[in-house]
Amino acid sequence: MQPHASRVLEVDSPGYFGRFGGRFVAETLIAPLDELVLAMVNIVDTHAFQAEWRSLLLHYVGRPTPLTETARLAKAIDPSGKSLSRLFLKREDLCHTGAHKINNALGQVLLATKMGKTRIVAETGAGQHGVATATACAMLGLPCIVYMGEEDVGRQAPNVGRMKLLGAEVRSVTAGSRTLKDAMNEAIRDWVSNVATTHYCIGSAAGPHPYPELVARFQSVIGDEAKLQSETQLGNLPDALIACVGGGSNAIGLFRTFLSYESIAIFGVEASGQGIETNHHAATLTKGRIGVLHGSKSYVLCDEQGQITEAHSISAGLDYPGVGPEHAALKESKRVTYLSTTDDEALAAVSQAARSEGIILALETAHAFARIGDVARSCASERGRAVNVLVSCSGRGDKDLTTLLSRLLP
Amino acid sequence: MSARRIVNILNKPRKTLIAYLCVGDPHPSETLALAKAAIAGGADILELGVPFSDPSADGKAIVRASERALAHGTNVDTALGIAKQLRSESAVPIVIFGYYNPLLVYGEERFVKNANDAGVDAILCVDLPFDEPANLRESAREAGISMVPLVAPTTTDARLDALKRHAESQLVDFVYYVSVAGVTGAASIDAVAASARARQVLKILDIPTVVGFGVDSAEKARAAANGVSGVVVGSALVTAIEGAPDAKARILAAEKLVSSLRHGLDA
Repeated sequence: MQPHASRVLEVDSPGYFGRFGGRFVAETLIAPLDELVLAMVNIVDTHAFQAEWRSLLLHYVGRPTPLTETARLAKAIDPSGKSLSRLFLKREDLCHTGAHKINNALGQVLLATKMGKTRIVAETGAGQHGVATATACAMLGLPCIVYMGEEDVGRQAPNVGRMKLLGAEVRSVTAGSRTLKDAMNEAIRDWVSNVATTHYCIGSAAGPHPYPELVARFQSVIGDEAKLQSETQLGNLPDALIACVGGGSNAIGLFRTFLSYESIAIFGVEASGQGIETNHHAATLTKGRIGVLHGSKSYVLCDEQGQITEAHSISAGLDYPGVGPEHAALKESKRVTYLSTTDDEALAAVSQAARSEGIILALETAHAFARIGDVARSCASERGRAVNVLVSCSGRGDKDLTTLLSRLLP
Repeated sequence: MSARRIVNILNKPRKTLIAYLCVGDPHPSETLALAKAAIAGGADILELGVPFSDPSADGKAIVRASERALAHGTNVDTALGIAKQLRSESAVPIVIFGYYNPLLVYGEERFVKNANDAGVDAILCVDLPFDEPANLRESAREAGISMVPLVAPTTTDARLDALKRHAESQLVDFVYYVSVAGVTGAASIDAVAASARARQVLKILDIPTVVGFGVDSAEKARAAANGVSGVVVGSALVTAIEGAPDAKARILAAEKLVSSLRHGLDA
């Protein structure tokens, strides 16, 4: 089977997925981006680099992560079993540091050492990418500066503490809405001022070319493992995939391996916050417009004047007014269907998974879980049989304990 | 026709001084007066900045100015309105400076048409590299509006060659050499080194070149302009305006700051 057209970079426009992507950055950053493009070919693609990175994933991260079949959760979601046959979770929550973010952080920081960079900067929202980058920097011996919006520093205090314990410097950002997008602006400002020495470790499949491609490649380990495990444990490929989408790195990491199998239905789930009809959501693909933010053309949440608006989600990791350009292309080509989940639905999904399977989900991850029943129903009715569903369990909920306790056990 | 105004200025024997103002800072009602103050102080070209919510190429001074301007609802039409008023009273060349998203969402063709109607001479889109596909550029060429490409210290000679070829098919009256790998308002630029590289850029491109970023004093202006067409002052002007207590003082501060750079260039 041929890979789907939209995932292939167009040759005459480097860095594009369909009409999305590109390099919308200040001129100073073109040279370091070119350097990174070259490094992908000359370093990342080499056997030596792949072997070193994969060895870290095996011995340090704890990969491969399990594919867990969850019969009790499946039964709780669809008691009749008429639409949901078997339910599998790809357990990224069991990675060292508690989420899939470490796959990419280790890859990029390792790459930075090979490129001769001596300093790492990163942005973080929920703190998961910040913790992952701080971890990778600690184990590979590079100084790490993490930019984090003042708002997020307050609501994600445990992760701020973890980053500091790991030796990273956390810089609180007070500009704009004081959240992830502003942290990203500040990381870009740092990078542009220190291009010779510094690598900017972007955590999501967003940003200027080649970041969306680089991050997707490092995260594709999720889908590659899931495919092999699915063939072994299910004896086949699943009928449907579901993953949550903020910037979209865990989702693209799961999806890419399966895009060329056209019989597999694929679903991304955004955060609709207090409701898709309100102004308090982060459903960029569902409600946004085509625009340019942080270096790439994609969907963005902005007003009629082109000013970026604040996103809202109970999950800090999905609270971002942009989305990776490959997702924009996959939406446009209709290869992937994008749904959304509200704050309340995500909380209910955390509770359900905790009680029926003993897994406390990250709030981000719970957005995907909240749509399992709907996805199974629609796929089953199309196919005339109960379907097998594979969900990305992208992270664990320890970091969300304060929110979870106050909302679920008041 | 509009491009004539910039070329005429660049052809004059005196060094060109370009003044950047963040439109709407601290209030849209003051921008026209501040622009006139900059002209009175000796600015040859005005750069009217459209504020953006996420100005990742800018340093603290312009970030704060943008937030103040946005708090009063300043937008693309505000900037074009100021340009139009200014054009009705003055032949000073006007550059609209901004980030791509507000122009993209406004509609690139519509923006160019309205900019042309307002008497705008050039567009500088800070996050639109010259080789990134965009309708904005095509519309500008058709309208006879100049695009201002940025060249940075990290820009390679190979890329300058590509820019030179690009400039043959696009109206480019001048290029803007960024003095330092950094954001606007960088504290300590090496103006001598910046002008040395800017002269090389000028030699390779054979297009008039101005130097900007961190030009905040008469001495730096004079050193940075050595052997090239002139300089841009932005953050220092915005900071001078920010530090003045009221509208009248802001006008005086703007004129004084621009005038001091003018004297540096003319000395």
